[in-house]
Amino acid sequence: MIKIMRIAFKNLYRQKRRTMLTVFIIAFGVIAVLLFSAIAGSFKSMMVGQITDSMLGHIQIHRKGYVESLDNMPLNLVIQDEALDKTAEVLDEIPTIEGFSFRILFGGMLSDYRETTNIKLAALDPEKEKNVIPLLGGRIKQGRILKEGEIVLPDLITKGLKLKLNSDVVIIANNADGSVNGQGFKLSGIIESAVGPSGKYGYIHINDAKTILRMMNTQISEIAIRLKDLETLPATMNMLNKKLSSIKDAEGNPLLEIHPWMKLTPFYNIAQMIDMMALFIKVILITIVLISIMNVMIMAVYERVKEIGTMSAIGTPAAKIKLLFIYEGLFLGIIGAVSGTVIGLLIIAATRAMNLTVAFGRTDDILLKPFVGISEIIIVAVIVIIISAIAVIQPAFKASKLEPIDALRQ
Amino acid sequence: MPEYLVKANNLKKVYHTEEIEIEALKSISFTIEKASFVTFIGPSGSGKSTLLNLVGCLDKKTSGELLVLDQDVSGFNVKERTAFRGENIGFIFQDFNLIPVLTVFENIEYPLIMVKNISKTERAETVMSLLEAVGMADQRNKMPNQISGGQKQRVAIARALTTQPKLVLADEPTANLDHDTAYKIINLMRDIKDKFGTSFVFSTHDPKIVNEVNVKYTIEDGKIKE
Repeated sequence: MIKIMRIAFKNLYRQKRRTMLTVFIIAFGVIAVLLFSAIAGSFKSMMVGQITDSMLGHIQIHRKGYVESLDNMPLNLVIQDEALDKTAEVLDEIPTIEGFSFRILFGGMLSDYRETTNIKLAALDPEKEKNVIPLLGGRIKQGRILKEGEIVLPDLITKGLKLKLNSDVVIIANNADGSVNGQGFKLSGIIESAVGPSGKYGYIHINDAKTILRMMNTQISEIAIRLKDLETLPATMNMLNKKLSSIKDAEGNPLLEIHPWMKLTPFYNIAQMIDMMALFIKVILITIVLISIMNVMIMAVYERVKEIGTMSAIGTPAAKIKLLFIYEGLFLGIIGAVSGTVIGLLIIAATRAMNLTVAFGRTDDILLKPFVGISEIIIVAVIVIIISAIAVIQPAFKASKLEPIDALRQ
Repeated sequence: MPEYLVKANNLKKVYHTEEIEIEALKSISFTIEKASFVTFIGPSGSGKSTLLNLVGCLDKKTSGELLVLDQDVSGFNVKERTAFRGENIGFIFQDFNLIPVLTVFENIEYPLIMVKNISKTERAETVMSLLEAVGMADQRNKMPNQISGGQKQRVAIARALTTQPKLVLADEPTANLDHDTAYKIINLMRDIKDKFGTSFVFSTHDPKIVNEVNVKYTIEDGKIKE
């Protein structure tokens, strides 16, 4: 077997220029795939990170029907009392969860006593949110994150109303019964508007929301969850669905709905598009490998017809002739995959060292960190090698089926 | 009573093209004994190569009887014919047909790798003894393109003998060699026949180089001339 491999290797060496050209083409394809995967993957994870770590979290729990009416921020679709306590218990028990936070979402009017505007507010506990949306603090452009009696407003609103830090504002909102209440706040921070539907929320403390909305008990609109590792999202979703399905409403139907971040933002479509493009690039790679190896091996068979005839005449079994050509194709694939991977990783490292930045949403200079995982490298290499083996099957069969009498006449 | 390696009786080979039929061998009969040195002489197109191709199980007869080593090879399928050739028949070609990427040593070793399943040590011993026999031991590490035509044919003879076949077929082995070298190659084949007891059957169109053969058949127009 090793001897046949050695002969196969020597056959490739005999056509050095052609072998190098084929290896170069395959390596180029591998480099393109790895580089694209690294940059696109980095962009995707940056984008997902921005979306989930700025406001969404990785998973959200709402009362059934809430997400459908999210634009209205209904105060009658809340989680409270026993259901809230039980949900918190379940969340505490699941080891893949890093942290969770309760939020009250409502719409109201914001006034600086001169002008008034509509505003959507997220009332939260800043300490708990640090574990759930760690980028929230980083989005504060001026001032600091809030305490009770304070408000953080998006820069688009502060610009419109010409508000400065420590400005006094008032929030007026309807509670669940329809009665109106208002409360004064001091502007403690101006926050960068983020991408996504929740990117232009104002923020107040959850206790202040209870006061404005005259809640006698805690009534939560949204529970945001952050996972220790985003890879555990499907498993955690399964676990949550299983454990929280026992919480029922008065009619005996499940009370809660659980959504992963993908279901809550339109940016998931961009992430999917990136995956589609990566798949498309892989298809191009497969085509490059298939065509180049098939072409080279068909030429090799035509050029060596007499040699194949000699091999067959002296009694070489067809299977060994086939194997010889299969090894040649496989070696081309392996050399191309290995050299492409090495060069590709060097280029990725160089790109990383260049500190490339991109703008996403209203955020400029987000650092791209091109990275390709070991699984991706293995997948690309295995694809190339398998396709090499497939590409060589036809020429190898052709070689092994040649009649020695015909081959020797050439 | 002599033992026959090859026995042909009314052997016929007809090639069919789209429009015409070519009768390459016209009911010929002959025998080849063990450890003999046999030549088929005739002009180009007389049917010598067709005959050797049939005896070498490279082609199939149209009719008649052909026994090689007492076996009716015409009934063999492709796989059986390949195995039969590997086990029993050595080939020497007009163009030497050495594998260009292998050294002299590796070319001779090649049939042992592809056909026989023997250890590396045994292979090396066999190859070295054959290299000595054909006088090419000092050239063993050279590539085919680094040696002369006569040397290439010596290597081809050694390669034909590696699997210790009972019969070696050589189709015009001297056609691409000058007269002196051709004469030396014929003598080398005869010496090897004497040393190893292998039967050599070769074809040629040059009657001057075929002295001291055991049997000489002359072929003309697909028939053996008496």
